[in-house]
Amino acid sequence: MTMVPQMPKSWRLETKPHKFCPGCGHGLVLKALGEAIDELGIQDKVVFGADIGCSLLAWDFFNVDTVQTHHGRTTPVVTGVKRANPDVICIAYMGDGGGYAIGSQHLVNAAARNERITAILVNNCNYAMTGGQMAPTTLPGMKTETTPYGRDIKETGYPTQGPEMVAAITREGSYIARGTIANLKQLKSFLKKALENQMAGNGFSFVEALSTCPTNWRTNAKDTWAFVEKEMTKYFKVGELKNPAAKEGE
Amino acid sequence: MAEKPIQGEKRVFMTGNEVVAWAALAAKADIMYGYPITPQNEIMHYWTRMAPKYGKRFLQTEDELSAGFTTLGGVLAGRKAFTATAGPGNTLMQEPLSMAEMMRIPSVVIIQQRGGPSTATVIYSQQEVTMTTYGGNGEGFRIVYSTANHQELFDYTIKAFNTAWKYRFPTFVLGDGYQAKMRESLTIYDPEDRGIELVKTEPFIGKEPVNGEKQPVHIRNTYNTEEELFEVITKYLEDYTRITPEIIEHQEFDCEDADIVVVSHGVVSRAAKGAVQELRNAGLKVGYFRPVTLRPFPADRLRAVADGTKTLLMVESSLGQMAKLVKDAIFGSTVAIATLFKPGVGVTSEEIVTKVKGML
Ligand SMILES: Cc1ncc(C[n+]2csc(CCOP(=O)(O)OP(=O)(O)O)c2C)c(N)n1
Ligand code: SF4
Ligand SMILES: [Mg+2]
Repeated sequence: MTMVPQMPKSWRLETKPHKFCPGCGHGLVLKALGEAIDELGIQDKVVFGADIGCSLLAWDFFNVDTVQTHHGRTTPVVTGVKRANPDVICIAYMGDGGGYAIGSQHLVNAAARNERITAILVNNCNYAMTGGQMAPTTLPGMKTETTPYGRDIKETGYPTQGPEMVAAITREGSYIARGTIANLKQLKSFLKKALENQMAGNGFSFVEALSTCPTNWRTNAKDTWAFVEKEMTKYFKVGELKNPAAKEGE
Repeated sequence: MAEKPIQGEKRVFMTGNEVVAWAALAAKADIMYGYPITPQNEIMHYWTRMAPKYGKRFLQTEDELSAGFTTLGGVLAGRKAFTATAGPGNTLMQEPLSMAEMMRIPSVVIIQQRGGPSTATVIYSQQEVTMTTYGGNGEGFRIVYSTANHQELFDYTIKAFNTAWKYRFPTFVLGDGYQAKMRESLTIYDPEDRGIELVKTEPFIGKEPVNGEKQPVHIRNTYNTEEELFEVITKYLEDYTRITPEIIEHQEFDCEDADIVVVSHGVVSRAAKGAVQELRNAGLKVGYFRPVTLRPFPADRLRAVADGTKTLLMVESSLGQMAKLVKDAIFGSTVAIATLFKPGVGVTSEEIVTKVKGML
């Protein structure tokens, strides 16, 4: 073990340490993503789109072409880029509010059109940047600023299951998985496959990453990890839902 | 339940967002629809904590298009429904509010302005004046109150429900991040205890049958001919023009003999007031004019003020969004125009004093 943090080559060193709160999962997702970009050797071809949400703190995170868009609109912005220049590798990076609430129409329609982009969605069970309101992914009974008495599923329904939804509306060629920051090696392999799927021109690629938000969860390190590993996985099953490459490969 | 949220009157010290939530309760609002955005979040936070205790409801929607349209649905059902937003959310709400304008749906919207598009900045700004007054694809048949302090946030939030339901035009309370987040003293009260009558609501759809017979209603924004639409707009304009004198509000002092009148609105008018008082104390002939309603605009009075002075100095935290309304209102006047525009940043009385002294 070494104390020197290993930073992916694609990270922008001048902007480190990054701006996420201590214990935040965003940094880990972006670490896995950075390593995937490095291993695929695609740094010069990537266009990284960052949504509004804590994702926006990544607007200067990588040494790759980056555009920070509007809340929920990253999917259509990078779709526009990809349609105009199919040679670049487009990533849409967003939160669960950005992807499943305000931007859900874009997620659904990009998936239905089988856009050759890679969407990465960070599930932290709340609207973090705005101070911890209910998100589509907030767990039943979970207290947030707009569910001060706990999320009542009779009033607000069950948490959105994003990858399952996207899997239901996509046809052949799409890659869909749910990873977690509790298993970074696996998350990295999912992200890598999602990028490779785009590079192969197969179709829409989507990875949800279970993540942490100790600031709004108001949890210490131990409870934060317990929440991701035990509570979130009760509703959000980790694994691959669709993998076009698996048919021949495995 | 059922007990009044505010008994009699109470001196309190709270943030502007908390004030709005209390005012909505005091006005007997039934339901809030909303989507998180700084700097209005705490309106929802306080509402979701307090509302269930009084049998009131809340729906967090998937975005502001939905928050706006669900609010219209709530109003159509005859409820006192409201929403609150800011910046990019205000942009999205222009679609539902265009519908409200042309269907005369008395929705109430609190806007806590923030700076620039996307995430930009969230505290001090008056950059949503044009959008809030004329942002839809329509003719701007709306009512907009621009508040300057917490007492006004309380008073005008209550008033907004009354104005909306009395005249049947969408009504806005235009605050800003500074008012939303700052703490200030004010008196909260039960409006009915003060003799303020709360205008009754009435369903547009889902009405009970009359004498056992259901009278279906058909609400629309579709017209077969250009003339048909023209007729509706002409009628709306007549209505709007007729009620304008009842709705317009402004404040002014020391304008009669002033060589320069400082025109400002909202939070900036606090600095302007302080500056004009200071300049008067120094013996300088300076006056103060503040439109409280930005739509409809107190045009006649401002025109008279313009005709009686040499220069209007327009001060605002934008590149002249209020100034456009002013110039439109005083068209034809030969008064000179000076400006102090600071888009998206605060304006202090010192700056206004310095500016005025430099002009005299
Ligand atoms: C149109 C619009 N509405 C609302 C907002 C306010 N807003 C900024 S970030 C955010 C929530 C972000 O939550 P999420 O997408 O889950 O990302 P997180 O911060 O949790 O990573 C919201 C509602 C906005 N910027 N634009
Ligand atoms: S608020 Fe939550 S999601 Fe945002 S940076 Fe902090 S820990 Fe991460
Ligand atoms: Mg989130």
